[in-house]
Amino acid sequence: MSSDYNFAYLDEQTKRMIRRALLKGVAIPGYQVPFASREMPMPYGWGTGGVQVTAACLLPDDTLKVIDQGADDTTNAVSIRKFFEKTASVSVTEETTEATVIQTRHRIPETPLTEGQILVYQVPIPEPLRFLEPRETETRKMHALEEYGLMHVKLYEDIARHGHIATAYAYPVKVEGRYVMDPSPIPKFDNPKMEMAGLQLFGAGREQRIYAVPPYTRVVSLDFEDHPFERGGAQQPCGLCAATDAYLDEVIMDDIGTRMFVCSDTDYCRKRREVGHVGEMGVPKAEDAA
Amino acid sequence: MYVAVKGGEAAIENAHSWLDEIRRGDTDVPELGIAQIRNQLALAVDRVMAEGSLYDPDLAALAIKQSRGDLIEAIFLIRAYRTTLPRFGSSRPIKTENMACMRRISATFKDVPGGQVLGPTFDYTHRLLDFKLAAEGSAEPALKAPAQADEVKPHITSFLNDEGLIQSEPQNDQTPPDLTREPLELPASRALRLQALTRGDEGFVLGMGYSTQRGYGRNHAFVGELRIGNVAVEVDIPELGFAVEIADIEITECETVNQFTGSKTEPPQFTRGYGLVFGQSERKAISMALVDRALRWKELGEDDTGAPAQDEEFVLYHCDNIQATGFVEHIKLPHYVDFQAELELVRKLRREANAAREAAE
Repeated sequence: MSSDYNFAYLDEQTKRMIRRALLKGVAIPGYQVPFASREMPMPYGWGTGGVQVTAACLLPDDTLKVIDQGADDTTNAVSIRKFFEKTASVSVTEETTEATVIQTRHRIPETPLTEGQILVYQVPIPEPLRFLEPRETETRKMHALEEYGLMHVKLYEDIARHGHIATAYAYPVKVEGRYVMDPSPIPKFDNPKMEMAGLQLFGAGREQRIYAVPPYTRVVSLDFEDHPFERGGAQQPCGLCAATDAYLDEVIMDDIGTRMFVCSDTDYCRKRREVGHVGEMGVPKAEDAA
Repeated sequence: MYVAVKGGEAAIENAHSWLDEIRRGDTDVPELGIAQIRNQLALAVDRVMAEGSLYDPDLAALAIKQSRGDLIEAIFLIRAYRTTLPRFGSSRPIKTENMACMRRISATFKDVPGGQVLGPTFDYTHRLLDFKLAAEGSAEPALKAPAQADEVKPHITSFLNDEGLIQSEPQNDQTPPDLTREPLELPASRALRLQALTRGDEGFVLGMGYSTQRGYGRNHAFVGELRIGNVAVEVDIPELGFAVEIADIEITECETVNQFTGSKTEPPQFTRGYGLVFGQSERKAISMALVDRALRWKELGEDDTGAPAQDEEFVLYHCDNIQATGFVEHIKLPHYVDFQAELELVRKLRREANAAREAAE
């Protein structure tokens, strides 16, 4: 397969078309640019948008990291990483700091990104207003007119009913004071990280949209003065590495329902254990031969 | 001690080889050949070509074999292959009035110039399982009138057109847009709508068409004509200065004649719906024509009754089965992170609701 396809699978014309959309996206932060998404050899919903954006960004010298749910070893992350190893022969890594391009689904790595790094998000539904207004023809108009009242009413109703904004992931943000944007289904814990030194690119294949947040762009999670955005986060440290500043997965350990909380970012957790941090249920790294 | 589950890579590879094994099945049973699928499961091949938007019966048969008979999976294989092919030109419009018809029927006129041809249809078979077929399936050669390619069979709607009784289609020589090369933006032209419908999911288009008959955007359709047969595909070769025939393809065409009492802008007349599908698929072609007609309410000055089949955005965004199956099935992928966030939120809301209840008691 590797020799039969162009570098990074897509033909150069298609990559150029995607790069144009990316440039437009970078020029208008948070604006959803329609692009002629291709049918990829993996299903819609599996990250075809992210894969096309990554393919358009990759150069032969790049180092790629792919994560799903924060982990490098989730099946779909493994599958996408293999796809690019095969079609682009780029080097791959699990280390956030080593990667030049990181494709992600549902998380932003805990280790802050630096200038020159690109974070590519897989996006299922790029339209933050979709669940309030199903019609694309309407939502495009609402963005054009900066008509976001509906969203604020939704957030207000949440507070009136529950006392909180009842959105835990894909929490809407406003980019550089203009476009309301869907950050993809990352937990709202990750929202504050979106003001970063790296370039963030978003690809929605099935919905044929690309958008971007350039480095150091203002990204504000929607809230009210008297109900400020709450990041949320773990109630306890990571069971393996004792981190208290990381997003944790809840793992059910046995059939009486014992729970363990561990870092969702596997690279972050491993790095911490390597330098000697040990959680309540972990063992020092040296003994963890398995 | 908890060790994060590793080995995704090995699991994937093993899953793939198991899939290969199970696809082949019992090795004491002879393996299916591409020619067998192409010949004996021809209608499955046709569906894969139609919804895969690629006319290549051998590749469609291969895709059916590879997908273990899952036609949507086979369509997906064809689409993923098709997208890598270069576009080196576009054909002239095919001339369906020149079709070598194996079947041609009209529900609106008892007899028509060129004649009614029943052709190999299931229509009047009694649906009784043929147990003989379980043992051997040798069929006697049938008596049939030879399809005549040189005999022009005029479209039946053209007779109505001569009388001015049916709405005439505006001529348009614009190159139609390509759904697979440009993002879908609305409102869509009719050419684009037809393009989406012809590659749309047979079941979805059928359901939509059916809904118009049951009153959701009813448009009183008759099958003016349904024809199946082969047509030549011609491409202009600039160096030669004339068109060259590059292929002979089998298609199904359906034109509906729809009753129409007139609107503010249009006089009472018959109107049209159109369906055209690769291969033999009457169900799809008829459904497509019904949905096409329903989607034309705006140009005919009809009212939008709010019916799903009249809703261009609803129909075009949901008729593609590769998009639909991908997004529907993707919810089986890991969502631990989002779920964890929801879990925390629900726990928090419950805590507060319980505290409020206790305080009230």
